[in-house]
Formats: sequence, C-alpha cells, structure tokens
Amino acid sequence: MSGNLTLALLVGVLYTVGTYLLLQRTLTRVVLGLGLLGHGANLLLLQAGGPAGEAPFSTEAGGGVAGVAGGTADPLPQAMVLTAIVITFGVTAFLLALAYRSWVLTGEDEVQDDVEDRRLARLSHEHPHEPPRAPRPEDDP
Amino acid sequence: MIRVLVPLPVVLPLLAAGLSIAFARHQRLQRAMSLVTLTSVLVVACVLLHRADTEGATVVQLGGWAAPAGISLVADRLSALLLVVSAAVLLAVLLYAIGQGVADGRRSTLAVFHPCYLVLGAGISMAFLTGDLFNLFVAFEVMLVASYVLITLDGGKAQVRAGMTYVVVSLLASVLFVTVVGLVYAATGTVNLADAAVRMADVPAGLRVALGLTMLVVFGIKAAIFPLFSWLPDSYPTAPSPVTAVFAGLLTKVGVYAVIRTQTLLFPGEDAIGAVLLVSAALTMVVGILGALVQDDLRRLLSFTIVSHIGYMLLGLGLYSVAGLAGAILYTVHHIVVQTTLFLVAGLMERREGTSSIARAGGLQRLAPLLAVLYLVPALSLAGIPPLSGFLAKLGLLQAGLADGSALAAVAVAAAILTSLLTLLVMARVWSAVFWGPVAEVVPDSDLQDNIDVGVARTPRLMTGSAVLAVTGGLVITVIAGPLYALTERAADDLVERDPYVSAVLGSDR
Repeated sequence: MSGNLTLALLVGVLYTVGTYLLLQRTLTRVVLGLGLLGHGANLLLLQAGGPAGEAPFSTEAGGGVAGVAGGTADPLPQAMVLTAIVITFGVTAFLLALAYRSWVLTGEDEVQDDVEDRRLARLSHEHPHEPPRAPRPEDDP
Repeated sequence: MIRVLVPLPVVLPLLAAGLSIAFARHQRLQRAMSLVTLTSVLVVACVLLHRADTEGATVVQLGGWAAPAGISLVADRLSALLLVVSAAVLLAVLLYAIGQGVADGRRSTLAVFHPCYLVLGAGISMAFLTGDLFNLFVAFEVMLVASYVLITLDGGKAQVRAGMTYVVVSLLASVLFVTVVGLVYAATGTVNLADAAVRMADVPAGLRVALGLTMLVVFGIKAAIFPLFSWLPDSYPTAPSPVTAVFAGLLTKVGVYAVIRTQTLLFPGEDAIGAVLLVSAALTMVVGILGALVQDDLRRLLSFTIVSHIGYMLLGLGLYSVAGLAGAILYTVHHIVVQTTLFLVAGLMERREGTSSIARAGGLQRLAPLLAVLYLVPALSLAGIPPLSGFLAKLGLLQAGLADGSALAAVAVAAAILTSLLTLLVMARVWSAVFWGPVAEVVPDSDLQDNIDVGVARTPRLMTGSAVLAVTGGLVITVIAGPLYALTERAADDLVERDPYVSAVLGSDR
C-alpha cells in the first residue's frame, strides 16, 4: 500500500497537538484537544483505505471489498469516517454542554480535582513539612 | 426463520426508546414499554442461547450482504450467554429504578431515564452480538452516549465533575478505537472479525502483537484494568443507585467481553500479549482491592471491588486455555449478577441510613434484618466463600492457573488468592461497621445521590423485591453451576478453536 506522506505527517501533528491540549487543566482546551485527536484518527482511518481515486461506482459485478478494482477509491473507510465524524460531533456537543454546566456551577473553566487527590491534599495540610496547597472552594471542611 | 430473532435485542430497545420519548408525559406507559421490551429481549436471548448451544452460532448478514462485505451479527455461545445475563440484570435494575422513581416521584429525570436506559440496553446487546470491528465501535458509542446522559442525570456539581472525567476518558478511548480500526483495516483490508481472524495470519508477527496490545489498551480503558482504571471509582459513585448498579454490572463487562472476543479471535496464543495480560491481571486484582480497603464511602468501596475483580477475568484470558477461558466466562457471569446486587443493596442501605459513609452507619442488622441477609449473600459470594457462585468460579480459575505451570501464572494465582482474602476482609469491614454496633443516629448527608427525604422516604416493596430477585439470581447461578460450567467450557472451546465462529460467519466452504 502506498501512503500519502503529507497526510501521514498531518495525522502525526494532529495527534501531537491533540495530546498536548488534552493534558491541560482548562476544560475548553481538553475539548479542543479531543476534537483534534478525533480528526487525526479519522484521517488515519481514511488513509487506511489506500490512495485516493475515482468515485467508487462500478458497472461490473463483484468488485471485492478490500483492494477495490483499479482506479477507484476504497469506499468502506469513507463510510466509516463519516460515521465516526457524526459520533464525535454529537459527543463533543454533549461535552461542551457539560463544560458549560461546570462553568455555571463552579465559576471556573478547570478540571476539578479528583476526590482522592483532595483527601491527600488535606492530609498534607496536617503534615506541614510539605508545602501547603492553596485552598480551593471545593475543599470541604 | 430463527435468524429473524438475532437483531431483535438491538432493534426492540431502540424502537421502544423512540416511542418512550414520544410518550414522555405518560409515565405508566413508559414503564410498561420498558418492562415489556426488556422482557422480550430476555426471552429472545434465551432462545438464541438454546439454539447456539444445540445447533451452533446463529448468524445474520445485515441487509443481505454476504459476510466480509456486510455487517454480521453473530449469536454464538459466549455472546448469547452474556446476552441472557445482561437482559436479566437490566430487567431487575429496571424494576428497582421504577420502584425508586415511584417512591421519590421525580418526574423530570424519570422521563429521560427510560429512553436512555433502553438505548443503553440496545448498545450492550449490539456489542455482544456484532461480528464487525467497526460495528463494535458503534455499539460502544451507542452504549456510552446513553451512559453519559444517565451518569449526569441530576446535573449537580458532583455529577458534572464525575461526568466530565467519564466522558473525556471514554472519548479518548473511542479515538484510540477509531485509530486501531484504521490500523487493522490498513493491515488486513477488512473489519469483519471473522475475516480479519483469517487474514491476520499473514500479518507480520511484530505488527500483530502491536495491534493486539493497542486493542487491549482500547478495551482495557472500558474494562478498567490496571493501570487504566482510575476513572472508574471516581465517576461511578455519583450516579443514582440503579444507574450505578447497571454500570457496575454491565459496562465494564462489555469491555471484558470485547477483550476476550478480539484477543481470542484475532490474536490467539500470542505469548507477549498473554504475559501482559497476566501481569496486568495480578496488578488489577491487588491494587483494586487495596483501594477498596481504605475507602469509607460504600459506593467508592464497591467501585474499587469492581476494578479488582476484573483481574480474575483477565487471569482466565491470559492463561489462554479452555479451562482458563471457561473460568473467565463463568466469573464474568457471576460478577455481573453479584456486583449489580451489591450496588442495589448499597442503595437500599443508603436509603435507610441517610449516608453512604460506613463510619457513620451502624446497627443496621437490628433495624433491617432482611437487608443484612441481602448484603451478606452477595458479599460472601464476591469474597468466594463456598458454596456460593464466586467460590466455584474462582476455583475453576485457580485450577486452570495451576495447570498452566508457568511462573507468571503462579504469581497471578497467588495474587488471586490474596485478593480473595482481602475481599473477604473488605466485606467483613463493611459488615461490622454498618450492621453491627450501636444503632447510629440518622443524619442525612448533604450530597446524597438519590434525592431522598431520609427518615420520611419509605423503601417501596418493588425496590426490596428487585434486590431479593437479584440475590436469588446469584443463588441460581450457584445451583446450576454444574451445567453452566459445562456450557462455559463449550463456549471456551469455541473460542480456542476459532473455527466454529469463523466458518459460521464466512460459510464453511471458504
């Protein structure tokens, strides 16, 4: 299978940037990061179908599934990418709604601390040889 | 004509979900529709299991497109068995949810609950039935999207925080899933599992292992195996009890099913993957149960036991023998029922005590003796006390592990025994804190997940009844363990041989 170098590099860049954004504390960046990762994955899937070609209409009967008859593009990955795009779109919309809700409730656009983390933070308050963490509103008494 | 039945466990709940939205204002009708639908799914699943066991896998090519081109639905022994168990559990939890909803009378969330619950059921059934890797991705998404809504049903602070973690982690796993589908397609030129199983033989060994491990990571996130589990105890406890119960019982097991199906079919007997599975099985078991040991919140504690016991199923798969796989399947069936039951009972306990903190509860044995029994039976079963189902499933796994003879398997078996003892300790700790001791004063938590007026709210008979039903289900598994183990052994045989599945999908003349 011959690959397309530009697309391959683009996939790499999308994954890199997506991963970087995903590791941020701000919810908006996390959402954007997931979006970019999704695009990277979709492009990868598209590339898996081989080189681009003509529209896959065939008048001859029995063109195989994989390795489609000469000159036409493989339609299967395109169909799968469409499905994946629709799904990612829906879930991203939900995620944005959730991030907005989080902002309404807490007033900040940040990933909230894990329950266990908070418990550890409280413990470290009781052992003052470690530098104390700035108190947060969600630290319950 | 029996093949008509195969898509029904997916189609029926989806249709009912649509109708359920249309009749959102008619609560009784919604409830009746959900009940009828899930009951019919259970009946269909039983028929499919019977047929799969007597006549081999039932296969449907959707849209009439022959195997590698179209999407196949396959009901073989493993799929049909898990379909039966999941349908039964969905039905029991539905009864519980209806009981709770009737008692607490929260109309707004209930109207959304039924359609989402049905879609969740459809997604789970589709994940079990599908014979196509991309369709498996779609099934996971259907299931997850419904679960996103269910986990954030209340929209409070805790739910949003937990929901955020849950959605982001799941979405990341989904992106990885699309990636691995792309890679498998690039390597084999097909996404049909049976076809890919045949073609995978031509893929270079190193690439095969890489694909297998990537797939293990994808499903490992969903199944919550070490070290990919930390999202689970953080997000599950914040949902309403029935939702947590069904998530605990089914969602992680769908991940486990996907691991078992793909690893046995596509990457059979790869030593490297087997070693990774055994190591991660041992760590999942031990780390999970150590987490449970230090928890005070009953729901978090139980969430850690889910993680821990996923390790047993991985152990069986890592051994890659008929006995190991049979043990893993039996353990999956047992764990679905028992873990769901424990969460249902935890919901009842919370209702009585007004708190999910075990330190602040006490003396429940005197207040609610029935509840004590309902807790004790699944708790002992989870810990693996004979003669309950947990003991039988663990025995099968340990025997398979010892028969394997490798050092790694021996370590994993030792970890399994240690985990079993620690589980007993955890369960006993809950027992002595919640059921023994002086009767604690009821001081409701400010952040109860189940919006109840503690002290005023009754526990409806339907809720207790469905918990009794679930406990009975666990006992039934114990009673029929003999035939059930024989069935799982036949299912494991199919998995190891691979040919029954492949030839059922592609046709035997291949």
